[in-house]
Amino acid sequence: MHAAVITFPGSNCDRDLVTAFEKAGARVSRVWHKDTELPADVDVVGIPGGFSFGDYLRCGAIAANSPISRAVVAHAGRGGYVLGICNGFQVLTETRLLPGALMRNAGLKFICRTVELEVASTDSAFTASYGKGQRLRVPVAHHDGNYTVGADLLAQLRDEDRIAFTYATPINGSTGDIAGVLSENRRVLGMMPHPERAAEEAHGSTDGRQIFAGLLDALTAA
Amino acid sequence: MKARVHVMLKNGVLDPQGEAVRHALGTLGFAGVNGVRQGKVIELDLAETDPEAARAQVARMCETLLANTVIESYTVEIA
Repeated sequence: MHAAVITFPGSNCDRDLVTAFEKAGARVSRVWHKDTELPADVDVVGIPGGFSFGDYLRCGAIAANSPISRAVVAHAGRGGYVLGICNGFQVLTETRLLPGALMRNAGLKFICRTVELEVASTDSAFTASYGKGQRLRVPVAHHDGNYTVGADLLAQLRDEDRIAFTYATPINGSTGDIAGVLSENRRVLGMMPHPERAAEEAHGSTDGRQIFAGLLDALTAA
Repeated sequence: MKARVHVMLKNGVLDPQGEAVRHALGTLGFAGVNGVRQGKVIELDLAETDPEAARAQVARMCETLLANTVIESYTVEIA
């Protein structure tokens, strides 16, 4: 598995994400936002958390229009895997690779703590090794994680089993308590919680590790 | 040519910040504020001199970057 992790000005979870991919057995290339192409044989692109471009205008909006993002959209269009975490999820909604938008938390506070997630769909490489309804302990750290979709789109996401994770108890006002969603082809996952911070014993939880391991399984089998 | 863009959350999209401002106004003793919606104003200084071309150009900027049309609407004034 060859993973590419993108760094934007203001990304701050890029090294953690590199480590999580490496520990899962991936070869990792680091890619700068001004690069116009991904390495040729990349299987999965990781878009890390942070505050790309200072969250100016809207979280993820400027990053979504940077040169490398065009290459990420093309990669996804070819059926490539993409994992966007926290600010990475915001970038993916701004590129429209994922539906909906991430608004300011309903309580207006930055939320930084470990929360309980529920695995809502096991029908993806990212979530196949979990059980449906399994509870995971994974940290969140965000100010704009209030996932917003209209009623029609929520119904569609449910019908198509594209809600990957929900919060076990509401934290930020997200529609349907959604914490992570999948693209139509199930190969693009965006999630606000940080699985790369729940991937080693020293983190206090290893519940996020299987997301990376699951990708390796899917790509090795293919 | 100057352009001014107003970006607002669409009607029906809850505005937690506007709601917090409304609450704060009430706390300060300003009675009768039934609702607050918060948005953005973006001013642009354009080389374009034709108003209609400028309007079309700014609309494309809004669709591409300045507004997220999933949750936001925009209006363009040309002066």
